[in-house]
Amino acid sequence: MSVTYLEAIRAAQEKALQDDPNVFLYGQDIGRFGGAFKATKNLAEKFPGRVMDSPISEDAMVGLAVGAALEGMKPVVEMQFADFSTVGLNQMLNHAATTYWRTGKPCPMVLRLPSGGTPGSGPFHSQSMETIYSHYPGLVVMTPATVEDAYTMLLEAIGMEDPVVFCEHKLLYYHLKADALPGEALPAFRARIARPGRDVTCVAYSAMVHEALAAADELAEEGHEVEVVDLRTVKPLDTDTLLGSVARTGRLLAVGESWPWGGASAEVVARVASEGFELLDAWPRRVLSCWMRRRSGSMRRTRRFRIIRICGRRTGRRQ
Amino acid sequence: MATRTAGTLARPTAPKRQDPTEKLGRSMLRARLVEDKLGSLYRAGRIVGGVYLGRGQEAFSAAGGLNLRKGDVYAPLIRDMAGRLAFGEPLVDAVRTYLGSRLGPMRGRDGNIHRGDLELGILPMISHLGAMISAAAGALLAKRMRGEKQRVGLACAGDGATSTGSFHEGLNLAAVEKLPLVVMVADNAYAYSTPNSRQFACTDLLERARGYGVEGHGLDGTDPDACLEMVGRAVQRAREGAGPQLVVGRLLRLCGHGEHDDAFYVDAQVKGSSRGRDCLQVMEELMKKRGRAKEWGEWREEARAEVEEAVMQVSKEPVPDPFEEQWRATVTPGAVEEVAEE
Repeated sequence: MSVTYLEAIRAAQEKALQDDPNVFLYGQDIGRFGGAFKATKNLAEKFPGRVMDSPISEDAMVGLAVGAALEGMKPVVEMQFADFSTVGLNQMLNHAATTYWRTGKPCPMVLRLPSGGTPGSGPFHSQSMETIYSHYPGLVVMTPATVEDAYTMLLEAIGMEDPVVFCEHKLLYYHLKADALPGEALPAFRARIARPGRDVTCVAYSAMVHEALAAADELAEEGHEVEVVDLRTVKPLDTDTLLGSVARTGRLLAVGESWPWGGASAEVVARVASEGFELLDAWPRRVLSCWMRRRSGSMRRTRRFRIIRICGRRTGRRQ
Repeated sequence: MATRTAGTLARPTAPKRQDPTEKLGRSMLRARLVEDKLGSLYRAGRIVGGVYLGRGQEAFSAAGGLNLRKGDVYAPLIRDMAGRLAFGEPLVDAVRTYLGSRLGPMRGRDGNIHRGDLELGILPMISHLGAMISAAAGALLAKRMRGEKQRVGLACAGDGATSTGSFHEGLNLAAVEKLPLVVMVADNAYAYSTPNSRQFACTDLLERARGYGVEGHGLDGTDPDACLEMVGRAVQRAREGAGPQLVVGRLLRLCGHGEHDDAFYVDAQVKGSSRGRDCLQVMEELMKKRGRAKEWGEWREEARAEVEEAVMQVSKEPVPDPFEEQWRATVTPGAVEEVAEE
C-alpha cells in the first residue's frame, strides 16, 4: 500500500472537508469530473454542494474566494494550471493579500497551483509562479517536495488565517510515493535538511529537491558531501536553517525551476550574502531554468548535470 | 491602546421607522454636506491623498443602501457616500478614514474611499474596478452554504467598470450560481474623462442584462422617486430568489473624477440635459410640491450639525503611531519575515 503525492493532496482536501464545515472547494472541472489531474476525484459525491465547478473565470474564482473567506468560510480554489492563475492575479495580490493589513480581519483561503514543467507541457502549462506571489506582502507561499509535506502542509494551509498559495509540482503527482500518510508534520515555515553533508549547501524546493538529491548521490561517489536543504515554504523563508547549513559547509548553491531573474533562489543568495557573508568560502551560485526553454525531462537532466558540475568543482575540500 | 469607538455619532440622529422618502432625503443630504466639507478640507490641505465625490449620484446610491437590511452584503465604490450612510455606515467613520484617524474602520491605514466595515457587511473596495462583484458573490455563496436565507448583496459599478473583465466574470459567475446579487451601474456618462462612446458600443448598458441571463432595470438616476421604486424592486426580486439583477441608472457626475479634476471635458449639452439635473434639487422640489419643505429644511440642518460635529470630533483623534503600530500583512505567527535592511 503506497500513497502518491497527488493522493496525499486529495486526502488532505478530504480530511479538511470532513473536519471543518466551513471548507469548500472551487475550481474548473473539479466536481463530477474530479479535476484535470483528479486531485478532487470522488469528493463532489462525498461532500455534496461543497465541491463546485466554476466557470472559466480565474479573476472571479479568486474574488469569490475572498468574499467567502471574509464571511468566515475557508475556500480552497484549484487553478487548473498554475499558469492560468495570472488571470486571477489581481484578486490574489491586490485583494486577498491586502485585506488583513487594511482591515485587521483575516482572509483565510488557499490557492492550489499545479506547477512546474513536465515532458511536453509547453510554455503555458509548465510555469512556476512562486516568485510572483512571494514578492507581494500578505501571502504565504508553500512549495512541498514530498508526499508527507503535500499532505500535512496542505492541511496546515487550509487551517491558516492567511491567504496561502500552494504550489504543487505536477511532475511529482503520480511518480512520487510514500508508504503511508504521515501522522505528524515538521513545524510550519521550517526548512528541512533533506540530506546532510559538509562540503556544499544545495538549497532547493519542490521538484528540484529530488534533482539535488540525485546529484548529491552521484557526487557522493566521487567523495563530495552535498547538504541538501528543502525550503518547503519559500515565503516566509527559513533564513536560520539556511545560515546554519552554510555555516557548516561554507558554500552555497541555490536551485530553482523558475526563470533566472529574481525569484526564491535569488532571495536565498541575497539572505545568505547579506546576513552571513562571513560564512561563505566561495561565491554563491544558482541553477535555474533557461529563458523560455522548459519542455522535457532532458531539461531536468541538464539541471542535474549543472548542479553536479558546480558542486563538484566548488567543493574541492581544503586539504 | 486606543480602541475604536463610534462616539455619539454612531447612528443618525433621526427617529427610527423613517418612511423611505425621509431616509432617502436624509441620506442624500448627509452625503452631500459631508462631501462638501471633505472638498473644503481637501482644498485647505487637510487631507492626505485625493477626495472623490458622488455629487449628483446621491439619489441612486442612497436608494441602494436603504433597501438593504442587516446581514446583507454591500460593496460600494467611490461615489457611494449616500448609499453607505443609508446602509448604516456611521458618518463619523467616513470622516475618520479621510482624516486618517486610527479609530476609523481602516485604522488610518487605507485612506479615503477604500474603507469598509466587515462587521456591518460593507466590503472594503479595492481600486481595481469590477473586482468587488465576485467578492460580493462569494460572500453570498458563503451565506447560502451556511443556510442564511433571504440575504441580498449589492455591488456598485460605473459605466467604466462595465468594460473590465472582472465585471463580466463576476456577473456571469453570480448568474451561474443564481445568487441574490444586485449590480447597480451608475452610468454617469464619463469614466474619469473618457466618454461612453469610447467605453462601449451598445446603446444602453441595460441591453447587457439579457446576455448574462439576469433581470435588468433601467431608470433615470436623477429622479429620487424612480430610484426608490426601481432599486427597491430589483432588491426585492433578488431577495425573492429571482437571481442577479442589473440596475442601470442614467445620471451625471456633477464634479470631477476627484477634487483635483475640474471636469472641463464634460459636454455642455449633456450638462444642460435632464441627465445633468442635480438630484438634490429635484428632491427639494418634490418635497415642496408635497408640502414637506419644512421637513427638508430640518433634515438639512440636522445633517449640517452632524457633519460639523463629526469633523470636530475626528480632528482631535489620534493618527497611527509608527512606533506603536504593528504593520503586519499576515496573521500567522512566523509568517512575517524580518529582513535585515540597513
